[in-house]
Amino acid sequence: MAAEPQSKDHQPLVRDVLGRGDYAIIGEIVEPGSRVLDLGCGEGELLEWLADNKRVEARGVEISRTKVQRAIARGVSAYQGDIDNGLVDYPDHAFDYVILSQTLQQVHNPLKVLTDMLRVGRKIIVAFPNFGHWRVRISHLTSGRAPRTGLFPYSWYDSPNIHFLTVEDFELLCRDQRWTLERRYFLSGNRRVSVRPNLMAEVAVYLIRSSS
Amino acid sequence: MIVDRKIVRFDSLPLDCGVTLTPVDAAYESYGELNSKKNNAILVCHAFSGDAHAAGLSPETGKPGWWDNMIGPGKAFDTEKYFVICVNVAGGCRGTTGPSSLNPATGKPYAMAFPTVTVSDMVRLQKKLLDHLGIDRLLAVAGGSMGGMQVLEWAVRYPDCVASAFPIATTARHSAQQIAFNEVGRQAIMADPDWNEGNYYDLKPPARGLAVARMVGHITYMSDDSMKEKFGRRLQGKDGPAFFFDDTFEVESYLRHRGSQFVDRFDANSYLYITKAMDMFDLAQGGSLPAALEKAKARFLVISFTSDWLYPSYQSLEIVSALRSRNRDVAYCELASNYGHDAFLVEVDEQTELVRGFLARVFKEM
Repeated sequence: MAAEPQSKDHQPLVRDVLGRGDYAIIGEIVEPGSRVLDLGCGEGELLEWLADNKRVEARGVEISRTKVQRAIARGVSAYQGDIDNGLVDYPDHAFDYVILSQTLQQVHNPLKVLTDMLRVGRKIIVAFPNFGHWRVRISHLTSGRAPRTGLFPYSWYDSPNIHFLTVEDFELLCRDQRWTLERRYFLSGNRRVSVRPNLMAEVAVYLIRSSS
Repeated sequence: MIVDRKIVRFDSLPLDCGVTLTPVDAAYESYGELNSKKNNAILVCHAFSGDAHAAGLSPETGKPGWWDNMIGPGKAFDTEKYFVICVNVAGGCRGTTGPSSLNPATGKPYAMAFPTVTVSDMVRLQKKLLDHLGIDRLLAVAGGSMGGMQVLEWAVRYPDCVASAFPIATTARHSAQQIAFNEVGRQAIMADPDWNEGNYYDLKPPARGLAVARMVGHITYMSDDSMKEKFGRRLQGKDGPAFFFDDTFEVESYLRHRGSQFVDRFDANSYLYITKAMDMFDLAQGGSLPAALEKAKARFLVISFTSDWLYPSYQSLEIVSALRSRNRDVAYCELASNYGHDAFLVEVDEQTELVRGFLARVFKEM
């Protein structure tokens, strides 16, 4: 493992930002005054929060027209486009951080997206729901059907999630790609998880940079 | 709210073609109050056939301005917070010096002796006026269509004077198709014998040619859907026309009406000069668009409309993509609309949501 879980150094409970634990962690990671690109920025809530509280230069990409409208109406520089091809225009290292929050499981080509992110960002922050969580495993085992939990509430036919990855899967990929895991955080609700994250974490948040 | 048009006369305006206009009048209207810091000024740039009357009611005609639904108290460009200015473009015919103005050298209207004007000449005249008003930096420059071209020009020519730029339903350069439509309009005017090489000011104006030009224009401003909705194949009268080629369909009579209305308020020579200025406009000046836009420092909000086939979204995306490639601050949204190019004038609610919020943020950051 490239980095140790840092939960020992922190309060076990994270205060949430805009009702979300992963946002709180992102808010903690992002340095004031930095340049931030949020992929799948939704209505721009996180970017607005970062602009207000961390004075970041905030940009967003979002596929949904109505969400882009809301984001722009908040004053966020959101761009209507899809993440799979959305980063082509940006020069290398245009941003200090590129954020992909709870969207990795929804993009068509996750590896390409992550690679693009590492090109345009000095560092990237990736948060995703952990498909290895015990509730997901039990749901699948007991029902014999595609798992449905609080974290994965959709039926198989109307789910926006097209890739199902676990903490283990993601870290294997990072190792294969020789990306450096600078920090990682595991959450169950608003509580930090320190043991057996692949089983216990609902959400994982990673801060990564490319090794080169 | 009745608004007054003001005219400021400047000694001279050097043009891109090398000629200097002496003197030059700039007709403008303004709405709201300039604050003491002079940081709440917004320049709104009109489209091809527009004029300085952007908002409020004209004392002459009693008609609302062309963007009255967007400019006013509590509206997108809120005149309770902001000071909004609109200037008739150089080469125009609504108070600013153009081909119908008197040429001091001859004491007669310039007509075809008027020098060629460019979008950057239009912008230079606006800059002169803002200097005259003591405004160093604009909170925003906004406009659709040809107005959007001026917005882009402002952003790269005077990067330190523009905090935010709103190019709407526009392009960094005309495509062959856009030039082609303009050329049909120009040829319609010049084919009218009344045009008389541009010398018609003490005779009959080329009303038929200008009307046909306007009819073509109106077709390009609408969409297949909006025309279907507005006219369909509905007939003008129950019994049909007396003469077979009278206006049988509602769409025909609409276009004829719009054409003849236009003649009363627009000068045919201005039509020629201004459409040519649009066709000649190329923000990149033959070079690369990213290199041109690299000079810009403003926050951009680019808006296009789904059914606008005259200024299609791909042209807005070229601007957005060039800005992104130079890491410039740009927001982009393609709004859903059936109204074609006219959407920027009529899709008020969604544009208001975007403009109001974005503007408020920029103002806060000033």
